[in-house]
Amino acid sequence: MKRLMIGNEAVARGLYEGGVTVVSSYPGTPSTEITEFLSEYRDIYTEWAPNEKVATEVAFGASLSGVRSATCMKHVGLNVAADPLFTLSYTGVNGGMVICVADDPAMHSSQNEQDSRHYAKAAKVPMLEPADSAECYAFAKEAFKISESFDTPVLFRLCTRIAHSQSVVETGERVVPAPIPYERKGEKFIMMPGNAKKRHPVVEERFAKLTAFAETTPLNRVEAGGKHVGIITSGTCYQYVREALGDEVSILKLGMVWPLPVELIKSFAASVERVVVIEELDGFIEDHCRNIGVKVDGKSIFSPVGEYSQSVIAAAFGVEPKPHVVLENPIPARPPMMCAGCPHRGMFYTLKKNGVTVLGDIGCYTLGAQPPLAAIDSTLCMGASVSGLHGFKCGLAATDRTMKTACVIGDSTFVHSGMTGLADVAYNGSNSIVVVLDNSITGMTGHQENPTTGYNIHGDPAGKIDLEALCRAMGIKRIRVVDPYDLAATDAAVKEELAADEPSVIISRRPCVLLKRVKTNPPLEVKVDLCRSCKKCLSLGCPAISFRDGHATVNDTLCTGCGVCAGLCPFHAIGDKEVKG
Amino acid sequence: MKTVNIMIVGVGGQGSLLASKLLGRVLLDAGYDVKVSEVHGMSQRGGSVVTYVRFGDRVASPIIDLGESDFILSFEKLEAARYAEYLSPNGRIIVNTQEIDPMPVIVGKAVYPSHVLNELECKDVTIDAIDALSLAEQAGTAKAVNVVLLGRLARSLPAVPKEAWLDAIRSSVKPKFVDVNLRAFELGFALD
Repeated sequence: MKRLMIGNEAVARGLYEGGVTVVSSYPGTPSTEITEFLSEYRDIYTEWAPNEKVATEVAFGASLSGVRSATCMKHVGLNVAADPLFTLSYTGVNGGMVICVADDPAMHSSQNEQDSRHYAKAAKVPMLEPADSAECYAFAKEAFKISESFDTPVLFRLCTRIAHSQSVVETGERVVPAPIPYERKGEKFIMMPGNAKKRHPVVEERFAKLTAFAETTPLNRVEAGGKHVGIITSGTCYQYVREALGDEVSILKLGMVWPLPVELIKSFAASVERVVVIEELDGFIEDHCRNIGVKVDGKSIFSPVGEYSQSVIAAAFGVEPKPHVVLENPIPARPPMMCAGCPHRGMFYTLKKNGVTVLGDIGCYTLGAQPPLAAIDSTLCMGASVSGLHGFKCGLAATDRTMKTACVIGDSTFVHSGMTGLADVAYNGSNSIVVVLDNSITGMTGHQENPTTGYNIHGDPAGKIDLEALCRAMGIKRIRVVDPYDLAATDAAVKEELAADEPSVIISRRPCVLLKRVKTNPPLEVKVDLCRSCKKCLSLGCPAISFRDGHATVNDTLCTGCGVCAGLCPFHAIGDKEVKG
Repeated sequence: MKTVNIMIVGVGGQGSLLASKLLGRVLLDAGYDVKVSEVHGMSQRGGSVVTYVRFGDRVASPIIDLGESDFILSFEKLEAARYAEYLSPNGRIIVNTQEIDPMPVIVGKAVYPSHVLNELECKDVTIDAIDALSLAEQAGTAKAVNVVLLGRLARSLPAVPKEAWLDAIRSSVKPKFVDVNLRAFELGFALD
């Protein structure tokens, strides 16, 4: 069947047809939909894991048992999964194993724009990179064959423009190979020094074989065109090159970006007058070309920062930019913000009001850094709020300074890697306040269940971590639960914990207002005669409240009736709509 | 044929994903190569969102650059202005005249530029301003702004017969929302 699919759906279809049997992932934009689409195939096992390291190890175990497995993550997720990855390179696989990793050039939804290709090189495993949805589909099937033929996990690299762009895919049928029998092979799978020393040469031999494969595989292809310039490119950049330069140039289009071919590149370079490498982020292919003695241009022309487009490439070849209208006055920005009724808002307002320095984490609540709340001091990576706060407190204590401090971390992020930070806080007894923003969902990536929600990937009832009991078991004595819609109770809790001299956990508990299972209240309204125009309600940064005609107004379609603004207004000017009758 | 470029812009949560899904579908059914590019995630949370739709004999790049877009379908007035520089000199902006305040306006750090469409018209930009929100409400739900705008766009895309749009709505929308969306489409299509 022929239809439009985003790259992520096409990867899912390719993995499915390729016989994937077990999938374990942690959500992360722009990779999330691969696993969501896979979860719709109920004849395979899919799950959300607590983090990418666990997910990769689950996929490893499934491979060990003899079935084809996959795990999908965003680029920074691969940092978390790097530990199993590097040794998986040594063990190799039993059933085929594919690790999908989605990079985010231009950081549409990420904290950095690291280039995952370096992992393939460092771990000495192959990496494929498709350039549209049809290739996502075809390459995903091919990845399992490469994995089993070469006894290696295969990295499958996407970027936002491939993962989230729809193009035409023609699908086929699922073919599942018989499970490969499990046999105990200690020398291959028990990676203690005596065995690992014997596996490293195997990895090097495999690398040589994969390089030979790269010379001839149809994954890499030459598209002959003009001979003045030859372009070496891959992924979404290939499409920009096609759009901008068409047949004026010859193209070496790489579908396998590690290992890179040697002879193929040399012969391509010899067929043209000048070679330019066009790749987003780092000069990865460019460095390889230099290492094999091929003269190329690359990052001397194109930036290592952000995304490219057809006009970025056209401009580099002297094409004038297209004419377009320019407005004199700047257009006010429209940054993403916490939704109307977001349960995190009450806690951020309270922390800011109390002058607390807040170490933040990764999730919707990172938006608490946006004005007017501006209640977050740092965001580094998943879990860093808890361990970072502990270190911050240690630094202050070692130099006889005191500050009001706390950290905030969501329920999913806490289970992902905040728990280990809390273990450090409890074990080493730092006087830290850990606020778990428990909205009962993984929010920012689009509502995925997690081990604290009580539901699995299909929405069926599942195991549920008791956060209070977990913190207690770690040795935290001060644990309290507050409803962040109740500003007075939230304020009291924060003040009491700031005054305490031992570690504490505040669970700020209220489900995400966008969840289908959450019922919202009717919208509130501003009693214009009571409003004194003090603008205190605007300090909440709620998109449903604005200031027009000299008084605050509430937007009917956005307001969820959470009542936080009503609790804040000193003049009781915000409340339920009066029933007219 | 030359590739046709359409941008759909608006505020996260306004329904641009359904609009691009319908558009992609009718264009594919009409036999074109189609690419649709959208950004999910962070930008959904009330931020400015943009979707690129391109169709033709063979489409390479999934994105649209400055000065390239034949149509900009904007769900909100300010967003039409934000992306106006993507319009090709012969292009047209179809805009819902609804105003949604962004946070800098809400907190008083900026003023909503209510006359920005006039400013664009002074620069010879073709603007097709419609009150799609009222028409959507007339059809039965404020949520159908997206389909009203698609109806308006459909009039300008002779490449696709009207019946194909109606079929796509019937097969893409949940059964209980089909009628309201068909009404919304007709209201947008019937505009002069």
